[in-house]
Amino acid sequence: MSIDSHALPLLGPVEPVEHVVPRTTMAERVQRVLHRYPALSPAVVLLLAGVVFSFLNSRFLLPGNLSLIFQQVAVVGALGVAQTMIVLTAGIDLSVGAAMLITQTIMAKVAVDRGWPGGVCLIIGLAAGMLTGLVNGALVTRVKLPPFIVTLGTLSIFTAMTLKVSSGQTIDGAKLPSLLLWTGETLKLGSVTITMGVLLMFALYLVFSFVLKKTAWGRHVYAVGDDAEASQLAGIRTQRVVLSVYMVAGAVIALTAWILIGRVGSASPNAGADANLDSITAVVIGGTSLFGGRGVLIGTLLGALIVGVFRNGLALAGVDVLYQTFAVGVLIIVAVSVDQWIRRVRK
Amino acid sequence: MTESDVSLRQPVLKARGLVKTFGRVVGLDGVDLDLYPGEVLGIIGDNGAGKSTLIKCLTGALIPDAGTIFLDSAPMQFRGPQDARAAGIETVYQTLALAPALDIASNLYLGREHRKKGILGSIFRILDTAGMTREAKAHMAALGIGTIQNMNQAVETLSGGQRQAVAVARAAAFGSRVVVLDEPTAALGVKESGQVLQMIKDLRAHGLPVILVSHNMPHMFEVADRIHIQRLGRCAGVIDPQTTSMGDAVAIMTGAKSVLEQVA
Repeated sequence: MSIDSHALPLLGPVEPVEHVVPRTTMAERVQRVLHRYPALSPAVVLLLAGVVFSFLNSRFLLPGNLSLIFQQVAVVGALGVAQTMIVLTAGIDLSVGAAMLITQTIMAKVAVDRGWPGGVCLIIGLAAGMLTGLVNGALVTRVKLPPFIVTLGTLSIFTAMTLKVSSGQTIDGAKLPSLLLWTGETLKLGSVTITMGVLLMFALYLVFSFVLKKTAWGRHVYAVGDDAEASQLAGIRTQRVVLSVYMVAGAVIALTAWILIGRVGSASPNAGADANLDSITAVVIGGTSLFGGRGVLIGTLLGALIVGVFRNGLALAGVDVLYQTFAVGVLIIVAVSVDQWIRRVRK
Repeated sequence: MTESDVSLRQPVLKARGLVKTFGRVVGLDGVDLDLYPGEVLGIIGDNGAGKSTLIKCLTGALIPDAGTIFLDSAPMQFRGPQDARAAGIETVYQTLALAPALDIASNLYLGREHRKKGILGSIFRILDTAGMTREAKAHMAALGIGTIQNMNQAVETLSGGQRQAVAVARAAAFGSRVVVLDEPTAALGVKESGQVLQMIKDLRAHGLPVILVSHNMPHMFEVADRIHIQRLGRCAGVIDPQTTSMGDAVAIMTGAKSVLEQVA
């Protein structure tokens, strides 16, 4: 995240005001900075959490522990890329985890049953992932159903399909082509071990941060979520943009399925069961507004890392797992409260 | 502008016999309209008189059941706002149609972004953000809106008048033939309304004809060169605000009087 000279609160041009010039309080200045940089608050929280946990347990900052956190975060983090783009359009996708599992199962199945090479399986996986996005997106944009309802439905449908296709059986990693397991391979960077899956997650953040910020499509994603009617009047084909977002998200979901296979070392229909909601948690804690049009992708990475750091740090500090879950719940509510406060920035 | 000036010129935008019905409700009942180069044409009328329907037909938001719209004497068939916009007719909607969380430059170029030159633009689809910001600043300055300096400011941090200025600047920047303003001062205070009226005069000074829809009679009489009065889906007449009083205009609008001196 780059903070340039614009990071200072923007007071804008001073206008002649008839009455008393209202003085900006400290809280208002904080509000404006956060309004301009939605990723700032999760960044501060992550930093504070890191400092506190490193004092509570000296093992927290060990390279081995940090790379463990990254590996634990990789799947939810990558799914968060897809989820963020959908939330930016003022949508929500409850089915990302289920879509990931059906995609994973299809990839592994064609590899084992047909014996097709890994590259072909990956391409089939990408197609399957985009198909899940097409189904969700078409129901949202053509049938005009609320995204919440659509993806609540497809969550069940994709889950049932996963169980049908896999027969509930885990496909052993030893049977899978090495390319599908490549995301589990490790790379030594000094004393830090990093998996290809983690690198792939970072690559997704880099690529899509760039696309969202630097291309017309990215700008339209924000505009559609911000004010769909205004976007339409400005000449944006809003339905097409939303449909494309679901399909791009489907491709990201397929790549996440690849990361999942590497992380688990096999293709299990029961892996990543909490991923649906965890990805929304990461998006929300990362400062992206559920009302759409506001937020930055990097915030979701920070949000996923915050959850990972809290769970890991509290575990190292010997705190019961129920308090980890409790802490994540508090984080979500605080994050949404902060979002509401920021959105009320004084005009 | 006097009547003789008007009759010498060809209208930029001309509508003949526009009819638009909504079920059994008649919105427009054979309306003619002429907009001449470099003039501000006001449209007034009571609620339900067909003001909105009329400008929606002119800007492609509605398709008339009958009648023809001519732009520079060429008949036009608008299938949507995009067509009208492509023909050079820009509209500032009452809702402004701005995306509040996006910055000024992004809003100005929303839906028609410029890409960088070379392969960065053609293959990697990268936006020419710096160029758009620079041009946005020039467009805003051209309207005499010097108070907004930072084009990367989100629109929601602007005042009502400044937002209106952004919407008008967008219309002026891309409206090569006609700018249509729907109730631009309805939501504004006295000072901000004054700024918007000044902007309308500036547009006219730049030679761009303007259609202004407003409920506010003093505003209308301040800037309009001619005023088209809608009544019950028809044009009750076109008056010259220099020679007709506000009271007479209201009387014509409500049907208490009729217009004798109509523009041919």
